[in-house]
Amino acid sequence: MLQVGLTHFLIISAVLFSLGIYGIVTRKNAVMVLMGIELVLNAANINFVAFSKFGNFGLGGQVIALFVIVLAAAEAAIALAIVLNIYKTFSNVNVDEIDHLKE
Amino acid sequence: MSESLLINLSIIILFLPLLGFSIVVLLGKRFPKLYLLEVGILGIALLLSVALLLGKFTNYMTNDIVASFTWITMGNAPLVGSLNIELGIKIDNITAIMLVVVNLISFLVHVYSIEYMRGDKRYTRYFAYLGIFTFSMLGIVLTHNLLMMYIFWELVGVSSFLLIGFWFEKKSAADAAKKAFIVNRIGDIGMFIGILILFTHYKTFTFDLIFQQIADGNLPFGSDAWLTAAGILVFMGAVGKSAQFPLHVWLPDAMEGPTPVSALIHAATMVAAGVYLVVRIFVMLTADAMLVIAVVGAFTALVAATIALTQNDIKKVLAYSTVSQLGYMVMSLGVGAYAFAFFHLVTHAFFKACLFLGSGSVIHAMHHEQDIRNMGGLRKKMPITYYTFLVSTLAISGVPFFSGFLSKDGILAGTLAFGKLTGHWLIPLMAFTVAALTAFYMFRLVILTFHGKPKDHHKFEHAHESPFVMTAPLVLLAVLSIFIWYTPNPIAPDAGWFMKTWVKTPVQVTPLESRFNFMQPSREEAKVHGEVVHSVEYSEAIHWAHYPAMLLSLIVAGLGILIAFMFYQWKKLNADKLAVKLQLLYNFSLNKWYLDEAYDATAVHGTLGSSKMLAWFDNKIIDGIVNGSAWVTRFTSKLSGLFDTFVVDGLVNFSAFFSGFIGLSFKRLQTGKVQTYIVYVVFAVIFLLLFLKPF
Repeated sequence: MLQVGLTHFLIISAVLFSLGIYGIVTRKNAVMVLMGIELVLNAANINFVAFSKFGNFGLGGQVIALFVIVLAAAEAAIALAIVLNIYKTFSNVNVDEIDHLKE
Repeated sequence: MSESLLINLSIIILFLPLLGFSIVVLLGKRFPKLYLLEVGILGIALLLSVALLLGKFTNYMTNDIVASFTWITMGNAPLVGSLNIELGIKIDNITAIMLVVVNLISFLVHVYSIEYMRGDKRYTRYFAYLGIFTFSMLGIVLTHNLLMMYIFWELVGVSSFLLIGFWFEKKSAADAAKKAFIVNRIGDIGMFIGILILFTHYKTFTFDLIFQQIADGNLPFGSDAWLTAAGILVFMGAVGKSAQFPLHVWLPDAMEGPTPVSALIHAATMVAAGVYLVVRIFVMLTADAMLVIAVVGAFTALVAATIALTQNDIKKVLAYSTVSQLGYMVMSLGVGAYAFAFFHLVTHAFFKACLFLGSGSVIHAMHHEQDIRNMGGLRKKMPITYYTFLVSTLAISGVPFFSGFLSKDGILAGTLAFGKLTGHWLIPLMAFTVAALTAFYMFRLVILTFHGKPKDHHKFEHAHESPFVMTAPLVLLAVLSIFIWYTPNPIAPDAGWFMKTWVKTPVQVTPLESRFNFMQPSREEAKVHGEVVHSVEYSEAIHWAHYPAMLLSLIVAGLGILIAFMFYQWKKLNADKLAVKLQLLYNFSLNKWYLDEAYDATAVHGTLGSSKMLAWFDNKIIDGIVNGSAWVTRFTSKLSGLFDTFVVDGLVNFSAFFSGFIGLSFKRLQTGKVQTYIVYVVFAVIFLLLFLKPF
C-alpha cells in the first residue's frame, strides 16, 4: 500500500496553489478572484499542516493553519464588502474594467 | 549789577524775539491778536537792553564782559591737535549800545507796523518774521566769535529774504528777495574763506583769542599777506551785507518789501551788520586791508550818491542814500576813524529809520504812490511827518545841531587827516563831494515831496496825517537825531560822552611794520594814558583837520542845500533843461551806472550761459555715458538672457523631457489591472527562486 508521505501533500498543495493563481489571474469576476485567493491560502494551510505532521516542529504549524483560516474568513468578509462597494460604484465586479488607478 | 546778571540779561534779550517768533508763527493763525504779544516782547527786550546799557556803563565802563562755553570738543584730532569750538557772548560798550539801537528801532518798527500793515492777509506772520529778524541781528551783536557771527549772519540773510519777499505775489518782490539773498551769498563766500583762513591757523573762532595771537606775533601761515587776505575776505561779507560797491545792487531792489521792513533792514540792522563786523575785526586789519576798505567805502559812497541824484521813487532815493552813508562808515573804518564810524552807524540808524518810516507815512497817505514827481505840497496835510522828515534830512545833510553833523564831521576830519598823513587825497575829495551830493538830493526829496504845489490833486485831496502809532515812532526818532543826546557841545563830538568815554578806538594788534605809520602808538603817550592808540602825528593831524573839515563840510552841505532850493523850490534853475544838457550823465545816473545791466550781461548771462553749457554737457556727455552704460547693460543682459533660454532652460527642459520619455515608455507596464500585477509578481517570484537560488 502506498504510504502517504510529505511529498503527496506538497504536490496537492502545489496543484491547489497553481489552480488558485490561475484563477486569480484569469477570472474576470472579482468573486472568482477571491475564490482563487482562498485556494492559495488553503494550499499554504496544507503545507503548514503537512510540515507540522512530518516535521519535528510540534503543533505550531497546525495552530498557524487555524490562524490562517480565521484570517481568511476575515479577509473574505472585507473583500466581499469591497466587492459590494465596487459593484455599487461601477455596476459590475469585473476586475478588467476597474482600472482607474491607471492615470 | 553783577557780571552774571548782565550776561543773563543779554541772553534773555537775545532769545525773547525768538520766543515771540515761535509763539506767533505756531499759534498766529488761531489767535490773530498775537502780534500784540510780539510787539510787547520787543518792548520788554528794549527795556532790558536799556537796563543792560545802564548796568554796563555804571559798573563796567572799561571792562568787557565775556561768557562762553565749549560747544564742540573734538579731542585730539589727527594732524590737527586738540580742537574746541566755543560759543559765547561778549558785552563791551559797542555791544551794549548796539543792543539798545537794534531793539529800539525794531520796537518802533513793530509799533509802526501795527497801523501800516493793517489789513494785510499775512498780518501776524509779518510780525513773526520781524521777530526772527531781530533775533538774528541781536545774535550778531552779542557774539564773541566768528562762527556764531557767521551763523547769525546767515540767519539775517534768511529772515531778510522772508521780509523783502513778504509780498511774494508781486514778481518784483520775489525777485528782489532772491537777488538780495544771492548777492549776499557772494560776499558770504569771501567771509567764509576768511574765517576759515583764521580758523585753520588759530584753531579758534573767538575774536579775542585770535587777536591775542596776532598781537603775540603769530601771523596766519607766518605772513602778513595772509593777514591782509583774511581781513579783506572777511570784509567781503560786509561788502555783501552792507551793500558796498560792487555788491550794493540788492539794496535798492529790496525796497520792494514793506516800508517798515526797509526801515528796519536798511537803517539799524542788516546793513549795519556789515559795518559792525568790520568794527569787530578792525584791530586785525593791516594797512593794505584798510586802504582797500577805505577805497571801497569811498567809491560806494560816491556811486550811490550820484545815483540818488536822479531817482524819482521816494524809497529808491533813500535806498541809495543808505548805500552812500554805509560807504561813509566803511570808508571811515578804512581811514582809521573807528569811533566815528560806529558813531555814524548809531546816528544814521536813527535818522535813516526816521526817514524810511516818514516815507512810509507818505506812501500810506498817498495810497501807495511812491513817485515824488506826483507828490508835493504835503507839508500842510501831514505836518508831523513833514517836520520829523525835515529834522532827519537836516541830520543826514550834516547841518549843525543835529546828530549827523557830529558823526559826519568826524568822518570827514578823519579822511582829511588820512589824506594828509598818507597822501591819498582822493578819499577826502570823494568824501566831501558825497557830502555835497547828499545835502542836495535829500533836500530835493524834501522839496519835491512836501513843498510846492500838489501835482496829483486827486491823491492829494485824500492824503491825511498818519495815526498816532505811526507818528509817535517818527517823533521819537527825530528827537534822537538832535545833538544833545550825544554831546553837550553841538560842534565838538569829542566833547560828548559818546565819543569821550563810551567808544574807544581799540589798539591795533597787527605787526607794527604792516600798520599805517600813524596807527602806531608812540611809546611815551601810551605810557601816560595807557589807551592812546594813535601816534602824536595822527592826533595832530586830526586836530589840524578838525576845523577845516567842519568848515568845508558846512560849506559843501550849505551849497548842496542851496542848489536844491534853487532848482526845485525857487525854480531859478531848471532841472529838466540841465538833464537834457547833460543827457549822458543824467542817463548814467538814472540808470544806476548801468550796473544792473552790466551784471545782467556778465554775471546773470554768464551764469545762464555756463549753465546752458553745463546742461549741454549733461545732456550729451553725461547722459551719453549713462545711456551708453545702460545700453551695454542691456546688451549683456540680452546675451545672458539668450544663454538662459537656450543653455540653462535647454538643460532643464531636456531633463524634464527625458523623464517624460522614460515615463512614457514604462507607462505601458501600468495597466491598472490588478491581475496583470499579480502575473508580474508571480513571475518575479519564480524568477527570484530560480536565479537567486536561496537554497
